[in-house]
Amino acid sequence: MTSTLSISERQIGLLLSVLLILLGLTMAAAARHGVMAAHGFMALALGLGLVFILGSAIYDPEPPKARMTRYYDAPTRFGIMMTLVWAMIGMGFGVWVAALLYWPEATPAVPWTSFGRLRPVHTTGIIFGFGGNALIATSFHVLQRTSRARLADSISPWFVLLGYNLFCLWAVTGYLMGSTQSKEYAEAEWYADLWLVVVWVTYFTLYIRTLARRNEPHIYVANWYYMAFILVVAMLHIVNNLALPVRWTAAESFPVWSGVQDAMVQWWYGHNAVAFLLTAGFLGMLYYFLPVRSGRPIWSYRLSIVSFWGITFFYIWVGSHHLHYTALPYWAQTLGMTFSVMLLVPSWASAGNAIATLNGAWHKVRDDATLRFMFVAAVFYGLSTFEGSFLAIRPVNSLSHYTDWTVGHVHSGTLGWVAMIVFGAIYTLVPQLSGREAMASPRAIEWHFWLAVTGTLIYVVAMWNAGITQGLMWRAYDENGALSYSFVESVEAMAPYYLLRTIGGALFLTGAVICAWNCRATMRAAMGEAADRPLAPQPAE
Amino acid sequence: MLKLHYNLEKVSMGLVAAIIVAASIGGIVEIAPLFTIDETVDVPDDLRPHTPLELAGREIYIREGCYACHSQMVRSLADELDRYGPYSLASESAYDHPMLWGSKRTGPDLARLGGKYSDDWHVQHLIDPRSVVPASIMPAYPWMTRSLDTKLLGDSLATLARVGVPYNAPMISEAAADAQAQSRPDSDGADGVLERYGNNVAVRAFDGDPSRLTEMDALVAYLQSLGTLTEAPYEILAEGDQ
Repeated sequence: MTSTLSISERQIGLLLSVLLILLGLTMAAAARHGVMAAHGFMALALGLGLVFILGSAIYDPEPPKARMTRYYDAPTRFGIMMTLVWAMIGMGFGVWVAALLYWPEATPAVPWTSFGRLRPVHTTGIIFGFGGNALIATSFHVLQRTSRARLADSISPWFVLLGYNLFCLWAVTGYLMGSTQSKEYAEAEWYADLWLVVVWVTYFTLYIRTLARRNEPHIYVANWYYMAFILVVAMLHIVNNLALPVRWTAAESFPVWSGVQDAMVQWWYGHNAVAFLLTAGFLGMLYYFLPVRSGRPIWSYRLSIVSFWGITFFYIWVGSHHLHYTALPYWAQTLGMTFSVMLLVPSWASAGNAIATLNGAWHKVRDDATLRFMFVAAVFYGLSTFEGSFLAIRPVNSLSHYTDWTVGHVHSGTLGWVAMIVFGAIYTLVPQLSGREAMASPRAIEWHFWLAVTGTLIYVVAMWNAGITQGLMWRAYDENGALSYSFVESVEAMAPYYLLRTIGGALFLTGAVICAWNCRATMRAAMGEAADRPLAPQPAE
Repeated sequence: MLKLHYNLEKVSMGLVAAIIVAASIGGIVEIAPLFTIDETVDVPDDLRPHTPLELAGREIYIREGCYACHSQMVRSLADELDRYGPYSLASESAYDHPMLWGSKRTGPDLARLGGKYSDDWHVQHLIDPRSVVPASIMPAYPWMTRSLDTKLLGDSLATLARVGVPYNAPMISEAAADAQAQSRPDSDGADGVLERYGNNVAVRAFDGDPSRLTEMDALVAYLQSLGTLTEAPYEILAEGDQ
């Protein structure tokens, strides 16, 4: 990191690190004990580490002037590393909580190893840690390449990445210590939420400033998706997390929303975190890496436009399909259902556009596991968006809601679509950023691919069976008009599926570990930097 | 149209503005009307807010992530009415910051749990779930026997009052004392709890030991209060049957 920064940039970095230390000290001193104090010490430790790294290199020689005529890839490399670290944390905790549902007493009954505290570590670790880092890292790469310009400055990408990972760390360690807002996929406490806003504003500013330097008249479609991801996630995050702290010196807070309003805001957030983090951002990834890897242009420009605006406009309506038959007003449920069904059109337009792009490159899909990851991602994207629209239909939802079918649906999206496109992008990027032709071990990519596909299929099929079984058992009546099954009988019926799900998840995790090892080996055997250059030389600073 | 977009995608702030507009409409249409809900949904006269002890229990329920496996929202479906009880009303959670409707039933719905089981059953079930329900896959919570921290309770009630929950000044100032008293039926403060929160509040040693105020007291008090804060859902269902 330090060797890519000029001396004045290192000084600015040093100043920011000192500010981080002060922030950490203030939090620790004000809270004195409890979660907020622990988080203050974490910020303090990060700040001290950065001061040490920057301080010991402060008078190292300046980087070559020519760096301004190259892309800035060091942050992307760091972001990919963090993506893989979080992949192992998030998926590891996922396998752990899956196992606890089969062996509830597998781990000792102490607070921090309890299912309810581990589960948000899995969801946050995957959605924000793994997914978020992958999006930020690839967005820096895609933004520069499609703009043919270097990032607008060298400090803010580090601020974004380090600040974002501090947020993730605060979030997951908070849950383990018993601090949570309980809002699903937005469990982090109020000060972490505020911190994320600061990071996000920096991210957006960097994006816009770099776009302003672009040497291409048009903004490429991948950037539309990344921008929608940045903008709408900000909007969702702020509105859903509005809360009053109990004290300024404590982590506890109460959301300003209550009851039915809170439920609607929560699922407006919840489903659009799926839409604009887990879908829009990764579509941006797909729209760049799929054409690059297959060597084919996107099949239809018009279809890209239609599906982009369709997704941006329709998705925001559909959150209320999480609240069918509840106390949410009926009209709001109906709107959610209607838009969910309409959403299939732009979703399949995107999936179809991606698959049609591969026309003429099918031999590459056969031979290249990296491209195959992207192809499978597009197929699972199509499948899970169809399933999503289907499950949003009110009578279907009466069966599926509250069951493991929903869990299966989410994982068909996250394992089959999100993770697959991330791995495809990583296997394309890592060799390029290491100045190499290929990954250190191409065979390991094949192993990873088949482990990932097998794991996903086992997981999803097990959860379909589990969910439909649960749903049918809960509503079954005997000939006397009494309910056929007690609740606990439906719990017992889940055992084989929960075991299978654990096995599927473990296979997927094994693949991710292989990927991390392969990336590490490739980066260690780097032969230089990415060979491509921005179009015009940048003016010297 | 294509020409329009051809030009739009050359202007970054134009795209930004268009994305914000496109992504705002749905949320505004669906969420804004819910804030006029007071005009369409009556908060029942008998609806009471949680007592400080129940609120502390609710915070424990949140801390341990119980909501990840238990919903508190009975849907208006026949089998749910038969299994759990009257369907949930919007007004029941009017004072719930945040709501805990949940999204998954790895375990059963808890919206109508209050009064279904004895305090002893809950204590035993929380400490060792499989001792009372052999097929249960619920985690055990043996650390619930530790003392309850009541330091933040007064500020918690004050914060909730600021966002619209009807806690008055005496409720806020007596919060920590009321939490103690609700688990000590023979203490002097017990009458104060009933006076402030109504006569149908349960005042008893929930964990069986009046000498110590534990997290178990708070959690069981909360679980026993679920579905008992208002009679409205039962009355509506009874009217429908007539």
